Amino acid sequence: MQLIIESLFNGVAIGSVLLIAALGLAIVFGLMGVINLAHGELMMLGAYSTYVTQLIFKLPALKPIYNAYVIVAIGVAFLVSAVVGILLERSVIRRLYGNPLETLLATWGVSLILQQFVRSVPLAYGTGIAIALLTGLILPILLPKNLYKKNRAHLVKFGTWSVSALIGVISSSGLSATISKLGRASARNVDVTAPAWMRGGFELWGITFPMTRLVIIVITGIAVLSVTWFLNRSVWGIRIRAVTQNRSMSDCLGISTETVDVLTFGIGSGLAGVAGVAISLLGSVGPNVGGSYIVGCFMVVVLGGVGNLMGTIIASFCIGIITDLIGAGRLLTIWPQMPAPLASAIDFFATTSMARVLVFALIVIFLQFRPAGLFPQKGRMVEA
Amino acid sequence: MKLSQNNRRLFKLAIGLIITASIISAPAILPVFRLNLLGRYLSLAIVALGVDLIWGFAGLLSLGQGIFFTLGGYCAAMYLQLNSSAELPNGIPEFFGLYGVQKLPFFWEPFKSSFFTLIAIWLIPALVAGLLGFLVFRNRIKGVYFSILTQAALLVFFNFFNGQQKLINGTNGLKTDVTELFGQMVGSDSMQRYFFWITALLVVLAWIFARWIVRDRFGNVLIAIRDDEPRLRFTGYNPTFFKTIVFSIAGGLAGISGALYTVQSGIVSPQFMTVPFSIEMVIWVAVGGRGTLLGAILGAVVINYTKSLVSEALPASWMFIQGGLFILVVTALPEGVLGWFQNDGPKNLLSRLGIARPISTYPSLEIDGKEEVKP
Amino acid sequence: MSTPNRIFLGLTSIALGASITACGSNNQASNCPDCDDQVTVGILHSLSGTMAISESTLVDTEKMAIEEINKAGGIQINGKKYEIKYIVEDGASDWPTFAEKSKKLIDQDKVPVVFGGWTSASRKAMLPVYETKDAFLYYPIQYEGQECSNNIFYTGATPNQQSEPATEFMFKLSPAAGKPFFLVGSDYVFPRTSNTITKEQLKALGGKVVGEDYLPLGNTEVAPIIAKIKKALPNGGVIINTLNGDQNVAFFKQIQDVGITPRNGYYVMSYSIAEEEISTIGADFLEGHYGAWNYMMSINTPASKKFARNFKKRWGNDRVVADPQESAYNMVYLWKAAVEKAGTFNDNAVRKALIGVKFDAPQGPVEVMPNHHLSQTVRIGQITSNGQFKILQSTDTPIAPQAWNQYEPSSKGYACDWTDSQKGRKYRL
Repeated sequence: MQLIIESLFNGVAIGSVLLIAALGLAIVFGLMGVINLAHGELMMLGAYSTYVTQLIFKLPALKPIYNAYVIVAIGVAFLVSAVVGILLERSVIRRLYGNPLETLLATWGVSLILQQFVRSVPLAYGTGIAIALLTGLILPILLPKNLYKKNRAHLVKFGTWSVSALIGVISSSGLSATISKLGRASARNVDVTAPAWMRGGFELWGITFPMTRLVIIVITGIAVLSVTWFLNRSVWGIRIRAVTQNRSMSDCLGISTETVDVLTFGIGSGLAGVAGVAISLLGSVGPNVGGSYIVGCFMVVVLGGVGNLMGTIIASFCIGIITDLIGAGRLLTIWPQMPAPLASAIDFFATTSMARVLVFALIVIFLQFRPAGLFPQKGRMVEA
Repeated sequence: MKLSQNNRRLFKLAIGLIITASIISAPAILPVFRLNLLGRYLSLAIVALGVDLIWGFAGLLSLGQGIFFTLGGYCAAMYLQLNSSAELPNGIPEFFGLYGVQKLPFFWEPFKSSFFTLIAIWLIPALVAGLLGFLVFRNRIKGVYFSILTQAALLVFFNFFNGQQKLINGTNGLKTDVTELFGQMVGSDSMQRYFFWITALLVVLAWIFARWIVRDRFGNVLIAIRDDEPRLRFTGYNPTFFKTIVFSIAGGLAGISGALYTVQSGIVSPQFMTVPFSIEMVIWVAVGGRGTLLGAILGAVVINYTKSLVSEALPASWMFIQGGLFILVVTALPEGVLGWFQNDGPKNLLSRLGIARPISTYPSLEIDGKEEVKP
Repeated sequence: MSTPNRIFLGLTSIALGASITACGSNNQASNCPDCDDQVTVGILHSLSGTMAISESTLVDTEKMAIEEINKAGGIQINGKKYEIKYIVEDGASDWPTFAEKSKKLIDQDKVPVVFGGWTSASRKAMLPVYETKDAFLYYPIQYEGQECSNNIFYTGATPNQQSEPATEFMFKLSPAAGKPFFLVGSDYVFPRTSNTITKEQLKALGGKVVGEDYLPLGNTEVAPIIAKIKKALPNGGVIINTLNGDQNVAFFKQIQDVGITPRNGYYVMSYSIAEEEISTIGADFLEGHYGAWNYMMSINTPASKKFARNFKKRWGNDRVVADPQESAYNMVYLWKAAVEKAGTFNDNAVRKALIGVKFDAPQGPVEVMPNHHLSQTVRIGQITSNGQFKILQSTDTPIAPQAWNQYEPSSKGYACDWTDSQKGRKYRL
């Protein structure tokens, strides 16, 4: 019993990291038909945002509420990744709708640039740029609408953007002056330290449950619930789904499809940022951190299908539990009297490397029976 | 207006001539090191031809060509290891000793024969590609699904090769430089010169082969798969069969390319199966011009040569350039450089800049004359 | 100097001059005003890709050593002073690229020596290039041994200068003495070979290995490995850790969460965690665990302190120095000493002259042995809360290197000696 609970918990823990990482990818893919190869890099930006937030909370003024930085970081990471994602959508992806393969290549190009950007630009400047972008996008929402009257519109726009650029410059120089770690370009990995309450674990029935893993499971749960609520209950969620089902009809009915595209991509990217917070709690943060998760995300999307978020959830937990069962060699413990040839085969795969190989093989076998994944997109298309 | 048929032929001839001339004169003017680089990049042109066949013509974007490339490389390297002139303790390659292996693993045995190796270099990758392709195409998995599946397959092969120290030396890969072939060391300068010629010859042969494939009805079917697969199916063709065949041809080409690349770089390792390398193969074709075979060759050679020059001068900037290239080529130049030239790109550019006047024709003529190259 | 040598030198300097003007980015301001001539060396490490994080510190150290030498008057041969210039090439964390760039440095830039490499895989990829072209590589990282090339000088530790004393310490003297061992590493050659040796050694010592597992490079999901460790070592024990770079962070963060800590009787001995890595991972995750190196920043000698001080002065106050950097620093000085001893840059003469060269390194005296490795002092340390090692054990005299391991059956009884043409790469003792 204890064994099963422990193994279940481990599987769920691995699965929830996969799920939070794949969630944004699956939404963007399912709703827009776009595979975003820069998803891993958006996760990386989220992870770096966590790091910067953590450093800022170490400043004397914010020290008393240091323990709460993770919660702030989730918001910051969501915003940063969402803004970068929206910029990406507006500048590149918008031109490529209907050409999924081209989008794939273009987003790969973006991912290379983002990686190298993080390597060669000091974090303080990056933060400054992010702050400038954020204020530039938020100011028009805050300012009264009648400022944007005909003749003044350009002037006001110019004004808000120059103000936000100024804020960006000031904050970046302020940051590099106060926190020396942010001032230099560095390819070195950085590390996010979880606050004290998140360290260690608690014991129950003789099993240790690590706190970070629990926190990640909670974050994932909240993210999944809020996305489900948003897509099914909110006005914009319903509009998004309408556009997915029939773009031109929705357009005729007065839904702004452009806003829907921006919103969908922004949410998908923002979720990548939240995933970044989660992975920064587990390992180190570096320019390559996204790359190590992205292929796992693909496996989830392929296995889960794109029809339904449920598919993504089930697929993540399946992969998580199978990885744990095989990789940690638990099958032998659960079923010790296994026949010898099977046991030696299982033993061969009971390493982390080989577990990955086996999981992929299982997915390919599964696809022979359900080619479009667990929950395929419903429709009467000839393609399906 | 389009280039007339004649002009177009002239243009192609000119490009062909330039390539041939530069290949012939290369050994005379380039230092050994650069020549060796050029030889390696020429061998990459063969895998690019394969990518062009499956992507440019059949519309299948594979992000896993590295698998077949590496398999070909390993076949060649295993033969060279077994016939190495370095001493073989226990009669097996030395690295086995590091992991306490006493007996040659069974699948190494046939690689003692050079005949078998020459076949295996292209046959094994082709078979693996065929099998993988069949399993995937049979279920009508296509588009981005296919792409990300090939990428996942790539990663799995990478993990597998990396982890199998006792079978194929894991991360270290296999070295080829210290083997004697025809009385010369593989790594020696004169031998490398021969490899350059062999590569150049094979590139030409591969090009002729690829042209022969796409010219015939087979080529038309491929283009039909790219443009409208359901319609093709309704007319009674079985796309799965054609897709599997072309995918395994591309796999075979990748294998040959990998073997040539391996003997010229002196090592094959799972590093050839990293994700970026396989995606780069696609960008060579995209930049050169998908659907144009010459474009694939040019793209592979020119981009790689530029890469090595840029990374010598400014190592950090290559990633920016490469990333920019990806974005540029899909947004602004979807037909690639060669396709752009062929489709009146220069004239359009001039007219857009207002230098040359656009020639107005009846709209219907414009549409008739325009070939759709969108995949 | 003989005439052919002079001509050779003249030609090289022309080639060098040309190559330096060609590569604007590698141009360095002259900082040896009274030098008569120049010599250009190659530096080949990853400046991009996953290994850039670690390898760029070596580039920094090598540049610093070269600048120091230049400032002190350069290399002096027969009363003539040579300023050292360098060309930095990027291995891009890709083993075949290391081979390619080596060819470039040797054939095109005609450098007399290349300082380079980090991972064993990159060294294995470069080795055939240097052997066929009979050129020289200086390799600064502690490695798994089982190799001895006439064209490579290894200034890092061999297993008998790092992992063997460390295993013995953990088995006999550590708080977990006598307890079982678990081996964990990244999935590549150094961890695999090193662990093979550790297993043989423990067999000889009478210890027990209860499990081993390898994490694929680039994968940071360590949960299955941690589950395995908990199962295999229910009551504490020793974990030998050969994980690579950032995988260590995930590993140490997560083992602490499930209670695999020194307080609960689990002690991790790491072979790839030096001060640089401690500062990245965070000392509170590592406190109480062990490391084994030849150089540790906390060594309390004037030479060690000066090395650390100069490095901070050159590259920034928050930087640290560690064993790989010290080793990279040494190799530049050793090459200089050998060239001055030989009186020429000629490959063969330098190769002969290098053997027996002594140097007062930051770690203490080192000497180049006939098998092209260094004799070095071995230190075992425990990581403290301020990110340094508390040195628990230090050998009184430098330990001689063994290229061929004496625990591993396939190399037992073999040694390497390049001074004797009868012996060479691998001979029976």
